[in-house]
Amino acid sequence: MTTLVDAWAWLGDPAHWAGDDGIRHRLLQHLALTVVCLALSCAIALPVALVLGHLGKGGALAVNLSNAGRAVPTFAVLVLLLLTPLGRWGEGPTVVALVLFAVPPLLTNAYVGMREVDRGVVRAARGMGMTGRQTLWRVEVPLSLPMILNGVRIAAVQLVATATIAALAGGGGLGRIITAGFNLASTPQVVAGAVLVAGFALVVEGIFEAVERLAPHRRRGP
Amino acid sequence: MPSRCNGRVTAPPDDCLARNEWLCGAYLRTRRHIVLDAVLQHLQLTTASVLIGLVLAVPLALLARRWGWAAGPVLASTTVLYTIPSLAMFSLLLPLYGLSATLVVAGLVLYSLTLLVRNILAGLRAVPEETRQAARGMGYGPIRLLLTVELPLALPAAMAGLRIATVSAISLVTVGAIVGFGGLGNLIYAGMNTYFKAQVLTASVLCVVIAVAADLLLLGVQRLITPWTRAARG
Repeated sequence: MTTLVDAWAWLGDPAHWAGDDGIRHRLLQHLALTVVCLALSCAIALPVALVLGHLGKGGALAVNLSNAGRAVPTFAVLVLLLLTPLGRWGEGPTVVALVLFAVPPLLTNAYVGMREVDRGVVRAARGMGMTGRQTLWRVEVPLSLPMILNGVRIAAVQLVATATIAALAGGGGLGRIITAGFNLASTPQVVAGAVLVAGFALVVEGIFEAVERLAPHRRRGP
Repeated sequence: MPSRCNGRVTAPPDDCLARNEWLCGAYLRTRRHIVLDAVLQHLQLTTASVLIGLVLAVPLALLARRWGWAAGPVLASTTVLYTIPSLAMFSLLLPLYGLSATLVVAGLVLYSLTLLVRNILAGLRAVPEETRQAARGMGYGPIRLLLTVELPLALPAAMAGLRIATVSAISLVTVGAIVGFGGLGNLIYAGMNTYFKAQVLTASVLCVVIAVAADLLLLGVQRLITPWTRAARG
């Protein structure tokens, strides 16, 4: 219990919030990394998934990519990238690693969502004279939106986690508070950093939960 | 480039280790023991956490199914646990376990638990009601029904969860390097600090190899213990 009290006291100390190593700066770094990399990964993964799903091709790739992504340790990729010439570019390795790990869930969920759209509905759209583009935007994307959003949510949570591990490989973000705490052998700081990271992750998850509840429900059946 | 002999008695060795190359056979030759130790620790940490997770997950899933009201809270709390990033999870457990292997295992157990409870519960729920009724009609008691009908039918879903949990655990063990118990993660962490490319690449590749091997092994076990799924397909 005393550790929790100490961690709380650590969080309450205004000196720990200010400056480049302060909580405020680390929080903003973490937020910026998550948002920028989520946008980048969506820009890369979603067009590919939508086109593949529309054409019904490359399914094995889209599905297996997610499984392969799980087998590759985030930490290993971060360190490997750090030792390449990319490592000299400040947050470069972190951004690349974050995008690499956010793309598979986005790709898999969007692809599966597109393929799960009722084939009868797609054929009906064709029969009504819709072009491929119209079918994609007016039928397939709206119907697969819940699955696409689910992929974005998984990717966002994954991004928060990966950005935390990035601190082990010298990246910025809230994880730095934890690693600095380990270096100082300060358990209160480690726990305080962990509480911040866990809180951040839960808020991100909560935001997506709220968005999914507020979004209009077009799901069919169970 | 061959090293020039400049007359010194002990010329620096000019092998891939000295040149700090990514691929280096000499690395494996000279450091076979530390690599082997790291692999062993990696396997021990993974096996311990997945097994403990399994032992805890089966009763939790059974409870959640027995009492419908418990399913919501059980699933919600495991989702919350799964959302917490691994580095934060290990750090939150630090006051409880200190810098120990137990800390890494405890953190990994919590992640495995989430995946296993979900999948076992899904498997149990997918058992057709007619099958249950048929077993009851044949005079099966609740225990016999559970052990000989429901659990075997839930096996494919449970095994899918076990495979995901194992592969994830193998990848997450590396983060345990922060407390010095990360298996191959320790080599990656040390290699990062000393800019030792061969060590980082070798340890990373071994991680992936172990994950793929474990996945294939569990797939084989699943085929062996659920022969009816193959018969149905073939």
